[in-house]
Amino acid sequence: MNYETVIGLEIHVQLATKSKIFSAASTAYGAAPNTQACAVDLALPGVLPVLNKEAVHMATKFGLAIGAEVAPRSVFARKNYFYPDLPKGYQISQFELPIVGTGHLDIELKGGETKRIGVTRAHLEEDAGKSLHEDFAGMTGIDLNRAGTPLLEVVSEPDMRSAEEAVAYMKKMHALVTYLEICDGNMQEGSFRCDANVSVRPVGQAEFGARAEIKNINSFRFVERAINYEVERQIDLIEEGGVVVQETRLYDADRDETRSMRSKEEANDYRYFPDPDLLPVVISAEYLEQVRAELPELPEEKKQRYIDTFGLSPYDAAGLTASRELADYFETVIEKTGDVRLSANWISGEMSARLNKDDLSIAESKVSAEAFAGLLLRIKDNTISGKIAKEVFEAMWNGEGSADAVIEVKGLKQITDTGAIESMVDEVIANNAGQFAELKSGKDKLMGFFVGQVLKASKGKANPAQVNELIRKKLQD
Amino acid sequence: MSDFHTLSLSDLAGLLQAGEVSSQQLTEYFLARIKQYDDQLNSFITVAEQQAMQAAEAADVRLKNGHTDALCGVPFAHKDIFCSEGLRTSCGSKMLDNFISPYDATVVHQLKQAGAVMLGKTNMDEFAMGSSNETSYYGVVRNPWNLDCVPGGSSGGSAASVAARIIPAATGTDTGGSIRQPAALCGITGIKPTYGTVSRYGMIAFASSLDQAGPMAQSAEDCALLLNVMTGFDEKDSTSLERDKEDYTHALNLPLRGLRIGLPKEFFAEGMNVAVDAVIQQALQQYKAMGAELVDIELPNSHLSVPVYYVVAPAECSANLSRFDGVRYGYRCEHPENLTDLYERSRGEGFGAEVKRRIMVGTYALSAGYYDAYYLKAQQLRHLISDDFKQAFETVDVIMGPTTPGTAFRIGEKSDDPISMYLSDIYTIAVNLAGLPGMSIPAGFANNMPVGLQIIGNYFDESRLLNVAHQYQQGTDWHMRIPKGFE
Repeated sequence: MNYETVIGLEIHVQLATKSKIFSAASTAYGAAPNTQACAVDLALPGVLPVLNKEAVHMATKFGLAIGAEVAPRSVFARKNYFYPDLPKGYQISQFELPIVGTGHLDIELKGGETKRIGVTRAHLEEDAGKSLHEDFAGMTGIDLNRAGTPLLEVVSEPDMRSAEEAVAYMKKMHALVTYLEICDGNMQEGSFRCDANVSVRPVGQAEFGARAEIKNINSFRFVERAINYEVERQIDLIEEGGVVVQETRLYDADRDETRSMRSKEEANDYRYFPDPDLLPVVISAEYLEQVRAELPELPEEKKQRYIDTFGLSPYDAAGLTASRELADYFETVIEKTGDVRLSANWISGEMSARLNKDDLSIAESKVSAEAFAGLLLRIKDNTISGKIAKEVFEAMWNGEGSADAVIEVKGLKQITDTGAIESMVDEVIANNAGQFAELKSGKDKLMGFFVGQVLKASKGKANPAQVNELIRKKLQD
Repeated sequence: MSDFHTLSLSDLAGLLQAGEVSSQQLTEYFLARIKQYDDQLNSFITVAEQQAMQAAEAADVRLKNGHTDALCGVPFAHKDIFCSEGLRTSCGSKMLDNFISPYDATVVHQLKQAGAVMLGKTNMDEFAMGSSNETSYYGVVRNPWNLDCVPGGSSGGSAASVAARIIPAATGTDTGGSIRQPAALCGITGIKPTYGTVSRYGMIAFASSLDQAGPMAQSAEDCALLLNVMTGFDEKDSTSLERDKEDYTHALNLPLRGLRIGLPKEFFAEGMNVAVDAVIQQALQQYKAMGAELVDIELPNSHLSVPVYYVVAPAECSANLSRFDGVRYGYRCEHPENLTDLYERSRGEGFGAEVKRRIMVGTYALSAGYYDAYYLKAQQLRHLISDDFKQAFETVDVIMGPTTPGTAFRIGEKSDDPISMYLSDIYTIAVNLAGLPGMSIPAGFANNMPVGLQIIGNYFDESRLLNVAHQYQQGTDWHMRIPKGFE
């Protein structure tokens, strides 16, 4: 039987506020345990939450960016459950009335077409602390630094039909929140993570199959693997005559498998009710307009601009706008070089390849946009050839200095002195008289051989165009 | 001078400002009274002698330097629900018997800033859940008018200690009547302001949408002085209201001519103690004599107050008390075997019966499948109850009636009958549900026990309530009576 996969994602976007969502404690990552937990985060008796306005601001930006209705009135609710890293015994979240309503995000599919993924809602909530099970024999350590960190939980419609679509959606969402500067996007630190709801159904069946919720996946690669594993598991189960049960599962990256955490029957009754310590969040039309005016150019708009004003292909434009950092890098390079085509080719080509090789993001590039532009300028003014430029780039990547410094130190400057090139041409012709005669008699494909020989003699420094021209001149002599 | 305890807070403040007595003298005097009398009452959980003497010394320096804050140097006590830095803050519970607060509640901070000298923390029903002070882990408080009777609750320690004049004034909190009911049963004056007027920060939460702190003292004038310090916007409490600071003494002396007093027929219905009724009628006649007009009104939904309250308050408390889990502070059971055992035994052993009862009721009311029928329904009815008052205040200025259906009952009389206990707050609860200000003032005695007259005002009408109470106290001396054995 053929099966269709149905996927919905709940993405947890950690908002990049300086302080926590309900207290003044810092949200900075990596501090010593419990040094960034104040009385409110510790849930001491008598303390009260006060909403961080910036978290509301960021959620509002997000809502506008996905074309959603930002609720004029949203309500914080208490989600009740006991866990040692949840100090109050309830999490302050939003339940019936979230701040962001229905919106959407478009993803590009392999064939070049786009698909619209619905966003059901996005709500504000506080993160819990961390339980540390490893460091204490027979005990559990509690670090409440993360407790109260603001999260925007973005819930999608079950619109995705493959792991690839889910990854594309997640990447698009990642780009969006970093464009909006509402999230640092750091997946290793957990700033952007997701739960995936996965089910399968026979092709043609209208109702959904029972779904598994895979918790806390913090990389694009793991999302893909976890979903693929889960889909296979569910299909195998059904094929063997089993029944998929609704449950929560955990993805184990080391073993590349998902494991059951708890079934629906064991699920908590969270007893949500409006938090009486907090007033409803009221968003006025004026505020909404003010935030709308602050919105930066979004990925879709930027992509269109690259197509319209730079004449880039939709494919190149999509690639260069995939992250705000990359687009910013690209625009800086264009500004310095004044050459869109050269900049686009080199960033999509050499730079991307190098980053992939070292598994780095553009923000972590060893060569700054300014330095990179310096390199491209030397190609543009014929100081070096494209081939030599690759060598210079490698040196720059390895910290050997600016393009000019590398060219100078390594003596890679292109030879443009006609006299010098001509003597090299003469030498090559003299050493290959037979082939030259053949070339002269019309065997044109030997042209490449002669150019190559001259370039080789010049150690790649001779200007290929000049070499070409000189050989042609010799043919006419 | 040896009868400072017969003076009001306002009088003592006057003596301090005039330099006729020092804060240290007063502090020593009242500490001595606590030592002498509190064995009978059990109204204090913690007496902070050393801290008090240091605060008094500092207050004396400020007074000498011409400091004019009205409460500078005046001794008082806090209900043990307010977090006070460096002191045990127990909330009347075994759960917090070992909890030393690392911070001051806003109310504690405000009174400290004003130079008032806190002598200690008063006894209360556990987590403010109770109407008799019998649920305290620290034992029952006795009513100074009859040591076999309860003082009311949950602010029973504050009420008893002020009534016995072992302290000039105290703070209290009122979720369903916890200031007004004990004030009535002990014959003192107490006011619960409009919800949002006094910061809840640092006040251990029982039911967040109902809790409100207020002063308990001998007179309306004393309450006004305390309110001046206790009120004000607090950015740490999101439900705190941003309003201009008010001087609650400014209207005390306004005449009452033309005041329209609403008498809800539901507050004078059958079941009310005849002797209590007689006292209230007499008080109303006195108001009439002062030029007030008595108007019969209806609060048709008031019979829903107790059931609504006993859904909303337990629901909120079931979440508010989840933080007491034995993990970070407070009581932790011995040798927990695992996490569930830690939770179950820490909470099972740390909380008393009434607290557990309310947590269970609240948990039930919020459970999937019951939420709509209980919590949601209760919230809807709460609106109806508020609307009743709204309508009433279109025709009257204040509403009056008995604070409680009867006088102080005997210790143990209702402790096994929660429903009958809950009904002792039948006249006070609606005020919390609506968020209105309400107060209780001594209006006489029935069977030798004090009777409280409740005065309910419209939102932010505290000044008027205090005015109405003060004018009555100018012409009566019920509030100045001191129980036998404590003179």
